Amino acid sequence: MMSRETILNAVLALALLVVPVTASYAGEQFYVTLATRVAILALGAVGLNIALGLGGLVSFGHAAFFGIGGYAAGILAQHALSMEPIVFGLPGTKQMLVIWLVAMAASGLAALAIGAISLRTAGVYFIMITLAFAQMIYYFAISWPAYGGEDGLSIALRNSFPGVNTLRPLPFFLLCYGVLAAALAFFLMLKNARFGAALQASRQNEVRVASVGIGPYRIRLAAFIISGMVTGLAGALFADLNRFVSPSMLSWQMSGELIVLIILGGVGRLFGPVVGAVIFVVLEFWLGGITERWQFFLGLALLGVVLFARGGVIGLLAGRERHG
Amino acid sequence: MQLALFIEQLLNGLQLGVMLFLMAAGLTLIFGVMGLINLAHGSFYMVGAFACAAVAAWTGSFWIGLVASLAAAAAAGAIVELLVIRRLYGRDHLDQVLATFALILVFSEGTRWLFGSFPLYLNIPPLLSGAVALPGGSQYSLYRLAIIAVGVLVAVGLYLLIQKTRLGMRIRAGESDREMIGALGVDVATLYTLVFALGAGLAGLAGAMVGAIQSVQVGMGEPVLILAFVVIVIGGIGSIKGALVGAVLVGVVDTLGRFLLPQLFGLFLNPSQAGLVGGALASMLIYVMMAIVLAVRPRGLFAGQA
Repeated sequence: MMSRETILNAVLALALLVVPVTASYAGEQFYVTLATRVAILALGAVGLNIALGLGGLVSFGHAAFFGIGGYAAGILAQHALSMEPIVFGLPGTKQMLVIWLVAMAASGLAALAIGAISLRTAGVYFIMITLAFAQMIYYFAISWPAYGGEDGLSIALRNSFPGVNTLRPLPFFLLCYGVLAAALAFFLMLKNARFGAALQASRQNEVRVASVGIGPYRIRLAAFIISGMVTGLAGALFADLNRFVSPSMLSWQMSGELIVLIILGGVGRLFGPVVGAVIFVVLEFWLGGITERWQFFLGLALLGVVLFARGGVIGLLAGRERHG
Repeated sequence: MQLALFIEQLLNGLQLGVMLFLMAAGLTLIFGVMGLINLAHGSFYMVGAFACAAVAAWTGSFWIGLVASLAAAAAAGAIVELLVIRRLYGRDHLDQVLATFALILVFSEGTRWLFGSFPLYLNIPPLLSGAVALPGGSQYSLYRLAIIAVGVLVAVGLYLLIQKTRLGMRIRAGESDREMIGALGVDVATLYTLVFALGAGLAGLAGAMVGAIQSVQVGMGEPVLILAFVVIVIGGIGSIKGALVGAVLVGVVDTLGRFLLPQLFGLFLNPSQAGLVGGALASMLIYVMMAIVLAVRPRGLFAGQA
């Protein structure tokens, strides 16, 4: 028999597909864009959920990877447009597949460097250090004028994907939805693999993991890198959605939002980031329509969730996570 | 000339360091005693600046504004502690991060609601608006010197409070063993509210003093908050001495880096490129310093006893 969580996940996955497709045929392109935003933010949070949910690593600097992915897309597209090589005669490109690979490689390298230092510490130190490193990259992006500095970088025309007309909202949404589905499948696979077991065990009891001969540091570093790569991929898609990259993608508010998405949905839950992204985007849209001060009420709502609804919305609807 | 400029930048660095100390002292105290990570500390800095600007505009006196900033930030701290923070002590850091992140949204949007989106301006009081002569023939703002003096006074005051008074003894006892002092009849809940209000008040004081140099606006607290995090990570979380050393180090390195690095690159690059590379590297310098400190001492320079 399926658990309530599985049923909830299936309903949610279906709804996230059906609503924008229906909206598109009804001529409401705006809702398609909104759903694309949900899918991309959820993807970014799925990445963070690997480090935070499975590994217990509270990274407050994942905006760094999100932004690096975004800048990879922006910079490659700009060089493709200007026909100037980036370095060593390497040209830019408008092909999403190449851009995604570069975005993941770049954010993975950044995660390796940041993780290698930050993972020497734990707890509150780790939170502050990841935050500080993300700020470092943020300030670098602001003070480096070659790619727009503070003003950001526009992408003149959305990048292309073989066989998909990415310029139209619905095909681009379906592409993002596909990537999100692949990432969720990857998350599930990772969670149930030996690697996932070791990662979760080193969250629960570091000493025991070490005593059976597994080094928690290396496991965590690998998880942090994978996590950064997935979030970087989301950043590349986000840049293509807005056709714009700016340092705000690297800001600490972005890191905070990614954490918020996960906690709203439920930490470590497969669909936690998706639920969180749906709630966040809907709240943003709905409250933003009612009042200019929507962030005030968003803050109050978040306080309510932390203080009174532990385990997030999935925890509320499907009960505590089962260990079996 | 070059020497005078250097001294001026050094003093600017000290002044930044002193401001950071006022922020970091509260943060590190709150973490050391209650084990709480407080992202909303920058909001108290903003509350202090806005209270000072509003009261100074209303009464015409900067000094009344300064008192108001301390009172308003401490009161905001006490209220927030009683309503929200108190429920978070036993929780893990993730919940604390999220709740205090939510508090930032509430404070920032609430302040924008009350005061509008435009920045307020706060004038330097006439008594301190002059300049003093520095060795080497240049002038330095008296107000900035006064900020440094206030910082030194607060550092001495905190030292006396924590080492020499009964309240300080309880704070130190709370750091080492909270169950035990509760069992000995100390009202731990009130102690925590006091410590939180004290930290918030110091942040508010810092905000008010900086408000007269920069503009008073929503979101002014978070960049300072993040620098204060760097400070306490370098100094060692829970250590006031670490906060002081870390703050001065960060303030001086950041300011001198912005001044010296472009000149250093000017030796072998053309001026515009040197400004670019030097400026970009200078903005990253303190984070590099933090990484080096952590690589050598993962718990900071003066790792707390907690």
